[in-house]
Amino acid sequence: MDFTQTHFELFGLPQSYALDRDKLDAAYRELQNTVHPDRFAAQPDAEQRVAMQWATQANEAYQTLKHPVSRGVYLLKLQGIDALDANNTKMAPAFLMQQMEWREAIEDARTGKRVEILDALTDDLRSAHRRIEAQLAELIDTTHDFSAASEAVRQLRFMDKLIAEVGDVYEELET
Amino acid sequence: MALLQIAEPGMSTAPHQHRLAVGIDLGTTNSLVATVRSGLAVVLDDEAGRSLLPSVVRYHANGDVNVGYAAQAAQNSDPHNAIASVKRFMGRGLADIDDIASLPYRFVDAPGMVQLRTAAGVKSPVEVSAEILKVLSRRAETALGGELVGAVITVPAYFDDAQRQATKDAAQLAGLNVLRLLNEPTAAAIAYGLDNASEGVYAVYDLGGGTFDISILKLSKGVFEVLATNGDSALGGDDFDQRVFCWIVEQGRFQPLSAGDMRLLLTKARDAKEALTEHTEVRVTAVLSTGEMMDATLTQADFNAMTASLVSKTLAPTRKALRDAGLAVDEVKGVVMVGGSTRMPCIRQAVADFFRQTPLTNLDPDKVVALGAAMQADVLAGNRAGDDWLLLDVIPLSLGLETMGGLTEKVIPRNTTIPTARAQEFTTFKDGQTAMSVQVLQGERELASDCRSLARFELRGIPPMVAGAARIRVTFQVDADGLLSVSAREQSSGVEASVQVKPSYGLGDDEITRMLKDAFTHAKDDMYARALNEQIVDAQGLIAATRAAMAEDAALLSADEIATIEASIAALEKLMAGPDVEANHHLAIKRGIEALNAATTEFAQRRMDQNVRRAMAGQKLETFG
Repeated sequence: MDFTQTHFELFGLPQSYALDRDKLDAAYRELQNTVHPDRFAAQPDAEQRVAMQWATQANEAYQTLKHPVSRGVYLLKLQGIDALDANNTKMAPAFLMQQMEWREAIEDARTGKRVEILDALTDDLRSAHRRIEAQLAELIDTTHDFSAASEAVRQLRFMDKLIAEVGDVYEELET
Repeated sequence: MALLQIAEPGMSTAPHQHRLAVGIDLGTTNSLVATVRSGLAVVLDDEAGRSLLPSVVRYHANGDVNVGYAAQAAQNSDPHNAIASVKRFMGRGLADIDDIASLPYRFVDAPGMVQLRTAAGVKSPVEVSAEILKVLSRRAETALGGELVGAVITVPAYFDDAQRQATKDAAQLAGLNVLRLLNEPTAAAIAYGLDNASEGVYAVYDLGGGTFDISILKLSKGVFEVLATNGDSALGGDDFDQRVFCWIVEQGRFQPLSAGDMRLLLTKARDAKEALTEHTEVRVTAVLSTGEMMDATLTQADFNAMTASLVSKTLAPTRKALRDAGLAVDEVKGVVMVGGSTRMPCIRQAVADFFRQTPLTNLDPDKVVALGAAMQADVLAGNRAGDDWLLLDVIPLSLGLETMGGLTEKVIPRNTTIPTARAQEFTTFKDGQTAMSVQVLQGERELASDCRSLARFELRGIPPMVAGAARIRVTFQVDADGLLSVSAREQSSGVEASVQVKPSYGLGDDEITRMLKDAFTHAKDDMYARALNEQIVDAQGLIAATRAAMAEDAALLSADEIATIEASIAALEKLMAGPDVEANHHLAIKRGIEALNAATTEFAQRRMDQNVRRAMAGQKLETFG
């Protein structure tokens, strides 16, 4: 296995934040079809071990590229930048304000048992998520502003946490 | 009588003969074995033409063991020794079993896994399960007329590492080569999906005798991708019986029951539940050994009311699985019903209401798992050429470590596609600390004490450093069976420790060896001859596979490398032919096999690299074409 190969090279994709999801899925399927341990279950141990290593690598690469946050983190890492560095917590005040409002809304929905607040919030969060993703693509692929890109990645991670919290409250209210 | 084998049309071009492989559904209530014959998956019946084998094992004082209908019939008369629903105890401690008071068995608390005292001595759930597997394996060998190459054994998707490992141990004890542990709902999806040529997102709702699973799968272009799975490994038809049992006891105002009466009433309860599938009410009568009696009518409405909380206990995991898959109810194209308990009208109704569609019940819910497992076994044994499907499954529960303060640090989150590996770095918290205890956990809870502890091991010999300076990298690897192994390494010194996550709850290799010995004292087989034979068969297979690989890809090897591999083959062949004087000759052959495997590892890597290059070259053409 060539460990110097990037995840993008592994799947034959261009190294960019913008992603052709269908191509990624097709390349992943093709790779797993070739290397998955199920293809080697009747083969000697040495081949089974190699298959497990390859399939593990294919899964890791696929999951990394598939998710918006991990793809951003990975691309920045290829530039030598640790976007999630614990010392690097810079965040635009406007975003922090917005985030506090969203959290309050979640709390209101919880205490008031109001699912319609969650529905509206879900729409808001999803569109904000898409907006930040578009910015991130611009920052990484076009303007190469990796410092701003790092901040966008951290924002996306906040958004994911918020979306998960909304899910928790849905569950709480449904049961 | 051995049956003659007839090759499937078009199969004659295959480079090897059809390899006998089976799928086994090791169920809480019933077990089945199936195989693919002439391209069709079929369940194999016993000599009386019955396909189900009741998962009941009865031990006699003289060492005899009955499995199946005979053992089931003896449950009321011999409740301590006729053990049913043993699957519920696999990989479980005494504290994990919450209805102990209403079970007629004599439990023995043991580290890791509970054991059962029987007339034939103390038995582990692994041993009991192995008895069931042995019967199914013999049934298959008789029906197919030859030795099995291997078996796919199904497990509930929500089984944790301890329960999976216990199942694999049971198969090993029964002398089966496990091709793969396969999740039950995934097996059902294979049988269902291939039968119906489906594409899109499907939910598999699997309520068995003792376990509940919900899996959300995406079927596309021959790939079965599990998006999320959830469930409850202690919820099933048995719990519904239990509710009816309580109702019967209440109706009869019965005093504390003897083990025999308890079993009798449990049987009555199950009969009543099953009758309510077809009828709106059922009359229940019972006469106890004490002469006490009861006679009452149970209506379907009453039954639905007393089991409503059980039904809703299946919907919470269903909701979670959908959420983890990131899908809404209306994105699910079909819902497949699996497991005998899905025959209950209240379950069908609840599932239909939840998914807002009529669930699919066109395959026998008792057989669909075994059939899917048989199809997968056929693929894994290498009997199909080119038209295989691919399964991408996930782990059901997060894997992690205990950190300072008794908290859980997740290393691999639930619903991660397997195989997978993840490493995490930790450090020392005291100056001069030279050892570190690693506690491996499975579960979703934040407190380590609320998660299942899978193993604890120590990394010793860390060079003394100031607190926080050591870099300890802990690596989790989950294989395609969903089984975990963990290793830890201090980065600066290279000190290493690893553990096959097993001893703290399951059986160590010594214990397996002891059980194998016990098993063979009751059988006519000579354990040594069998072990030797197994190693020789393995060695022959390995040599044949290595020769085939070398014939195909000699270009990938230098003359020196070819000579090295040839030397390993020659050494192994010499061992196989060698005089059988050494008592542990099979171990010598085993070492020879390991040596040849080691000698061909680099070759295997190059072959795989070549395969990947070829496959992905085609991909790139498509990508840019």
